[in-house]
Amino acid sequence: MVSDDDVRYVARLARLKLKSAELDRYSRQLSGIIDHINKIAELDLKDVEPTSHVTRLENVFRADTPWSSVSQEKALLNAPEAEAGAFKVPQILEAGEQ
Amino acid sequence: MTGTATAGNLLRLSALDALELMRTGALEAAALTDAYLSQIAKNDKIVAAYLRLTTAEARLKAAANDAAPAADRAPLAGLPTAVKDVLVTEGVITTCASKMLEAYNPIYTATSILKLAEAGIVMLGKTNMDEFAMGSSTENSAFGPTRNPWDPERVPGGSSGGSAAAVAAGEAIWALGSDTGGSIRQPAAFCGVVGLKPTYGSISRYGLVAFASSFDQVGPITKTVRDAALMLQYLVGKDPLDTTSVEHPDVINLPQDKDLDGLSVGIVSELVGEGIDAGVKKVFDQAVKKMEAAGAAVCETSLPHVEYALPAYYILAPAEASANLARFDGVRYGFRAVGALADITEMYELTRSQGFGDEVKRRIMLGTYALSSGYYEAYYGQAQKVRTLVVEDFERAFDQVDLLISPTSPTTAFRLGEKTGDPLTMYKSDICTIPVNLAGLPGISIPAGLADGLPVGLQLIGPAFSENMLLQAAHSAEAVIGFDAVSPLIERAD
Amino acid sequence: MDFEPVIGLEIHVELSTESKMFCGCRVKFGGEPNARCCPVCMAHPGALPVANEKAIEYLARIGLALNCSIPERSIFHRKNYFYPDLPKGYQISQYDRPFAVDGRLEIVVDDEQLTVGIERVHMEEDTAKNIHAGGGGRIAGAVYSLIDFNRSGTPLVEIVTRPEIHSPQAARTFLNKLKNLLKYLDVSDCNMEEGSLRCDANVSVRPAGSSGLGVKTELKNMNSFKHLEKGLAMEIERQAQLIESGGQVVQQTVHFDFATGEVTPMRSKEFAHDYRYFPEPDLVPLAAGSDFVEKIRAAMPELPDARAARYVNDLGLPAYNSEVLTSSRELSDFFEATLAHFDDARMASNWIMGELLGYINAAGGDLASCRMAPAEMGKLLAMIRSGAVSNAVGKEVFAEMCKTGQTAGEIVAAKGLAQISDEPELAAIAGRVIASNPAQVEQFRAGKERVLGFFVGQVMKETKGRANPQAVNRILKEKLAG
Repeated sequence: MVSDDDVRYVARLARLKLKSAELDRYSRQLSGIIDHINKIAELDLKDVEPTSHVTRLENVFRADTPWSSVSQEKALLNAPEAEAGAFKVPQILEAGEQ
Repeated sequence: MTGTATAGNLLRLSALDALELMRTGALEAAALTDAYLSQIAKNDKIVAAYLRLTTAEARLKAAANDAAPAADRAPLAGLPTAVKDVLVTEGVITTCASKMLEAYNPIYTATSILKLAEAGIVMLGKTNMDEFAMGSSTENSAFGPTRNPWDPERVPGGSSGGSAAAVAAGEAIWALGSDTGGSIRQPAAFCGVVGLKPTYGSISRYGLVAFASSFDQVGPITKTVRDAALMLQYLVGKDPLDTTSVEHPDVINLPQDKDLDGLSVGIVSELVGEGIDAGVKKVFDQAVKKMEAAGAAVCETSLPHVEYALPAYYILAPAEASANLARFDGVRYGFRAVGALADITEMYELTRSQGFGDEVKRRIMLGTYALSSGYYEAYYGQAQKVRTLVVEDFERAFDQVDLLISPTSPTTAFRLGEKTGDPLTMYKSDICTIPVNLAGLPGISIPAGLADGLPVGLQLIGPAFSENMLLQAAHSAEAVIGFDAVSPLIERAD
Repeated sequence: MDFEPVIGLEIHVELSTESKMFCGCRVKFGGEPNARCCPVCMAHPGALPVANEKAIEYLARIGLALNCSIPERSIFHRKNYFYPDLPKGYQISQYDRPFAVDGRLEIVVDDEQLTVGIERVHMEEDTAKNIHAGGGGRIAGAVYSLIDFNRSGTPLVEIVTRPEIHSPQAARTFLNKLKNLLKYLDVSDCNMEEGSLRCDANVSVRPAGSSGLGVKTELKNMNSFKHLEKGLAMEIERQAQLIESGGQVVQQTVHFDFATGEVTPMRSKEFAHDYRYFPEPDLVPLAAGSDFVEKIRAAMPELPDARAARYVNDLGLPAYNSEVLTSSRELSDFFEATLAHFDDARMASNWIMGELLGYINAAGGDLASCRMAPAEMGKLLAMIRSGAVSNAVGKEVFAEMCKTGQTAGEIVAAKGLAQISDEPELAAIAGRVIASNPAQVEQFRAGKERVLGFFVGQVMKETKGRANPQAVNRILKEKLAG
C-alpha cells in the first residue's frame, strides 16, 4: 500500500509537483503496481548474489588524454537562459552538497 | 526481382534486394528514397510513424550516392532508414517524444547512427515512440499516438512503435529501435515485421537516451531476418565511449538458406500457458509444428523464476530511470517552465511536472520509491537477486537446448485507449520479452502468422553473443513459416 | 566542566590529471566559462561516463600511502540529489564498496605521536561552479545564479578520517601532513584557494574523560589551515557554552564567517537528504587484484619517511636535518635539485636549513617566494667551498639571489665581491698595513701574537672583506716574522 504521504515524499524527492487529484490517482496506481511487485518478497534470497550488471566486465578505462571540448557557443546552444557565457537559473535557496 | 520497379515493388523490397539492384544499376537510390518519401506523404498523416522528416538531407544523400561510381559506394549506401527518436542526431531535433525535449537540438550524434551513416544509409527521419521509451503502445507520446498499419484503430506496440509501423507501412526499408523490456520485439510482433534485440553490450549505447541503462540496447527492425543480420553487421563493436560495450566475439554472418536439422529448441513452458490469447497460442503452435517439420527438435523447457521477472523489472528499470531522467531539470537544455519562478526548487518542480507525461512521472516515482530510505533492500536489493535467478534459469536452459522460443507478446495489437487506464495491464504486455532483458540475452521476433487479421510474433532467444546461431535459426524458421502478408498500406501501393 | 572535542575530517582532493574523471575535457582552473565541457560533463541525453585510468591510479596511490587496505572489488554508485551544479541529477561516487578502507596517518602534536585512523578513501566527481549574482557572491540574497560547467567532472578523491582528532591544532597538523603527502604522491596541486583541496569537519564535544559521542555539527569548506583551526576552536567553544548553559547541540551545518570569525548555525534542512544510492549501471566494477595494487605500489613516488631515511643512510645527514628537509615536498625537491650541481649534501642541507628557511620565514611566504634556482645555489656553494667567495660574502650573495633570482656570478661580478686570493695583491696590501702601524708591529714582535688579528682586520677593511682569510694570515705571519 502506497499512502498519499509516501507519494508526496517521493514526488518531492523527484522534484515533481502533484495536484491533489493526481496525488489520489498516483497513490492508487502505485499501490496496484507495488502489490504486484511485492510478489518477489515471497522468495527467500538470503544466499543469492545480486546482479547489477549482466556483463562480466571489470576495469574498463580510458587513457588520461584530453579531447577537444565543445565551444562555449555550442555548450549554450540549448540553454533555456544564459548570461555572460553561463547558464542562468533562478535563485538557489537550498544548500548543495559540497 | 523481375519486372519494372513500380512503387509497390520498391516498398516490398528487402534491404538486401535493394542493395543488389542498386549495385547492378537497375535501381537508383534517389528513386528508392522517393518511393518511401511518397509513401510517407500519402500515409503518415494516418500512421503518424514519424515525428520529424529529414527529406532534404535524405534526397541529397541519395543523389550523392547515385553520382558516385558503384565501386566507391558505402556498403549500405542508399537504404532509406527510419530512426527512433531516442537516438541523438546532431543538428536534427531529438525529442524522445517528450515535451521536455520538444526543441532539443543535440550537440553530438549517437555512435550507432554514426556507424550506419558511415555505411551509407539514408536517414528519412525520426520516429515516434512512447515518451522516453516507457510504454508498450506508443500512446505515451507527447505528440500523439502512432497507429498500426494493419488496423489504424489499433496500437503498433511500443516503445519503438513508430519504427515498427514505418517498416510495416512501407515508410522505411528498415528502421532502428531500442529495446529495454521488449520495445523492439513487441512492436515488431504487432506490426508483422522482424525485430532483433542483440546481446547487451554488443552495440554502443552512446547517444541512446537512457531509460534503464543496464537493460537498454539498440537494434534493427526489418522486413526479413537477413536484413536484421545485415544491419547488425554494421552496428556491433566496442565503443570507447561506452564502457559496457564489447567487441562481438563473432563476425556476424548473413544467414544461409537451410533447414533446422540438428537444432534443439525449448518452448518456455511458463510463457505459453495462462495469460496467452488463444489466437496467439494457435499461431504459435502452428509455427512450432512447421519448425519441427523442418528438422528442429522441440521440447518444453522451464524457466522457473520467470514469473518474478516482471516485478523485478518494474523495480530495477524505474529505479535506473528515476536517476537517468534527473538530468531533465530545465538548466542546460530542454523545456523550462515559464512564468515567475520564485527559486530553483520551484523551477525544477514546475519544469518536470509540466515537461514529463503521466507514465514517465509514474515510473520516476515508482523508481524513487523503490530506492528511498528504508525500502532499498526490500525492493531494489531483492530485485537484483531475482535478476541473478533469472540469469541462472536461462543458463540452465541453454545447457539443454540451443534456443528458447515463446510468443513475443501474449496478445495481438490492442485498440488505442484499451489499456491506457490501467498501467499494470499495459506492463503485462511485455511479460514474454522482459526476462530476456534481465539476462542481457539476444532475442528476435519474427512474424509467425495472423490471428484475426493481426500479426503474431514468434520470439527466439539465444545465449549471450549467439547472434549467428539465433539469426540462422530465425531465418530458417522464417522460411518454413512462409509469412508473406504485408500491411494494407503496402498492398494498396501496388 | 572540561570538554574534550571529537573531530573527524572529510577531505576532498581534486586530482591533477590532464582530463576529467569521466570524459576527455581538460582539467584546469579558471578561464572562460563553459569552454571545457562536452555532452558527458554537461549531462546531455545519451552521454555516458568512461573512467579515467590515471585518476584510478592516483586514487590507489593515496589509498596505499594512507596505509589502507584495498578490497578486491569496489564499485561506483549514483548519489541522487538535485542541485544546479550537478548536471546529471546524481553524482557518480562510491558508497558501501569504496576503493580503500581502514588506513591511518601518524602525526606529531606537541611532541606527542598520534595516530589518526582513515575510514575510507573513495573516488567521485566534482560539481560545476555556481556564481551567485546580485548578493555579493553569497548564496543568501542572490537573485539568480550562473552555472559554469568547466569544473564539472573533475576527478575528486574523498578521504574520511575516523573521529579521532581531539584538538583544532591536531586537525591542522593532520591536514598539513596529508597535504604534504599528497604533494609527494604527485596527485594534486593541493591549492586550497582554488579549491583543489577542501576540508569539512565534523565536530562534537564530550565531558573530558568520557568516551561517548556528543551530537556533531558540520563545518563546511574550511579553505585554509588557519580557518580550519580557528573555525574549529570557535565551534568547540560555542558547543561547550551551549551545553554549559543547559542547551543542546543540534545536528546541523554550521557556517564559519572568515571575515568576522563567527560561527552561525545554518537553518536546519526542512527536508532530510535521501540520496537513494544504487550501483552505477554505466560503469563496471573496479577489480584491484593484488597484481594491480603491486603495480601501483612499485610505481609509487618516494614518500617523505622513505626519503628522510635515505638522507640519513645514503647522504649521511643527521636525522633532524632529514626530517626538516622532507617536511615539505618542495623543500626536499629543492635540496635534491641542488645536489645535482653540488656534491656536499651536509653543506647543502646546512645552507638550506639556515639561510634558505631563514629567508623564507623572513619573507613570510613559502618556497615560491625564493627566486633562486637550485642549480644556482649549487654553484654558489661551490664558489664558497673553493674560496672564490668568503663565507660571509656568500651569505650576502645567497640572500640577494633569493630576492632577485640573479646568479651568484652576476651578483659577485656586479658588486665586486670576488674573494682576493691573488698573492702579490694581498702581499702589497699587507705591506702597506704593516708599514703604517709600527707600534703594533713592535708588540707582535715582542711576543703579543694576538695582535695578528688586528692586522687581519685591517687587511679585511682595506679589501671590504673580500680577502681570503687563510692567505692573509699566512702572508702577514711571513711578513711580520721577516
